[in-house]
Amino acid sequence: MSKVIRYAVKISAFLTFGILFFIIGYILFRGIPHLTPSLFSLKYTTENVSLFPAMITTILIVALTLLIATPIGVFTGFYLVEYAKKGNKLVEIVRIATETLSGIPSIVYGLFGMLFFVIRLGFQYSLIAGTLTASIMVLPLIIRSTEEALMSVDDSLREASFGLGAGKLRTIFRVVLPVAMPGILSGVILAIGRVVGETAALMYTLGTATKIPNGFFSSGRTLALHMYLLSTEGMHVNESYATGVILLIIVLMINSLSTYLSNRLMKGR
Amino acid sequence: MSKISVKNMDLYYGDFHALKNINMEIESNEITAFIGPSGCGKSTLLKSLNRMNDLVEGCKITGDILLDGKDIYASNFDINLLRKRVGMVFQKPNPFPMSIYDNIAYGPRTHGIKSKSKLDDIVEKSLRNAAIWNEVKNDLKKNALRISGGQQQRICIARALAVDPEVLLMDEPTSALDPISTAKIEDLVHELKKDYTIVMVTHNMQQATRVSDKTAFFLTGEVVEFGKTEDIFSVPKDKRTEYYITGRFG
Repeated sequence: MSKVIRYAVKISAFLTFGILFFIIGYILFRGIPHLTPSLFSLKYTTENVSLFPAMITTILIVALTLLIATPIGVFTGFYLVEYAKKGNKLVEIVRIATETLSGIPSIVYGLFGMLFFVIRLGFQYSLIAGTLTASIMVLPLIIRSTEEALMSVDDSLREASFGLGAGKLRTIFRVVLPVAMPGILSGVILAIGRVVGETAALMYTLGTATKIPNGFFSSGRTLALHMYLLSTEGMHVNESYATGVILLIIVLMINSLSTYLSNRLMKGR
Repeated sequence: MSKISVKNMDLYYGDFHALKNINMEIESNEITAFIGPSGCGKSTLLKSLNRMNDLVEGCKITGDILLDGKDIYASNFDINLLRKRVGMVFQKPNPFPMSIYDNIAYGPRTHGIKSKSKLDDIVEKSLRNAAIWNEVKNDLKKNALRISGGQQQRICIARALAVDPEVLLMDEPTSALDPISTAKIEDLVHELKKDYTIVMVTHNMQQATRVSDKTAFFLTGEVVEFGKTEDIFSVPKDKRTEYYITGRFG
């Protein structure tokens, strides 16, 4: 029996790694030969199908979304764990809402974003409509991971801090937050991943314009969206793979940067 | 006047009547031990003395607890200042996951001390008082989680001493430690008595006889007997105390 389990474990691990490496390898294999300088031209034309504007838009969307969603999400998590009384009705409702929201497909967010931001508030297809929609989309993720991270901090540390006469704020910022930081950061990294990989929610809010947005109310397209559009048009499948390579590299860079930052933060105290 | 006096105090956790009509005088520069079986209320009373019970939801207290004659549950009593004056050492060593130095300096920094040289002095003095200076003086930058459990507990004592408290509450401070570390902590407690008033919860009756001046025996939320340690253990007045200390229950 134990032999069967051992083999099952090994085969599962092998399959998982195998498939992951195959996907990455396949994208690199198909994409790298088509990474031409013209793909990085400042301006998109139907000839060069430049991905450069989409790259800038992706970075903008990720940065702006984090700027909005991280503080709100993290502070909400803090409220739920550290401030709200247990068994509070409001907390229960917020919790159910975040759990539900984290489960619904992103196209629903897209629809909401289009009806509310794009039409109702008159933002048109724009960076701001896309950012706000993406922020709402990743908020539950950040709230949940912050909550989990805070709840995993041993209560004895809070007691020790209170026992020395420290107030709530000092206890939270000096003792609880540093311990919970890696957990919170991993939530933020997941959020980045979701935004980078998002197409459905952004198509109807950010739009699909091919230029670099020149303001909050200007449309654009992210790399994932660019890839999707290139491959559906059917004319530029190779360039679509090349875009995939760039997307891989960007995700890799963002992840290593976050790991590096969290390590720095841990060392700093 | 005694350092702490508890008068007609009752404590409820929701509907549960956890402490019943407690009356007790705790004298300065003495070690008072709380003994009794699990769930008898000894830790609960200890935690009421610096209002750590405030953190427990549904906890309600009636009656008075006076520190130097002032009611610590009065609405104008500064709770952070109370906890500075009445420090606490917990059952499980709970150093912060930061350097030894920062652990000790946490309390003083909380209360507004910023000067590096002042902090250095406090850290050294506290570690010396907690009898651990010689073991860690070259490793002050080391993370406090990377030292042994017995050392961690002395770090926690040093951390509590660093805010210059008047009273030290110890909640079974040696229950998670090996015999050698326990002996070190007991010696230390004996030393600390000169400067501090100490209240200690213990499961270990030998420990109570070894270190304490007064002992209170708790049973199901009541103080059955309270008096000089030698009297409690040699001529207990109450049958229940006698049964407990002779090991017939508990």
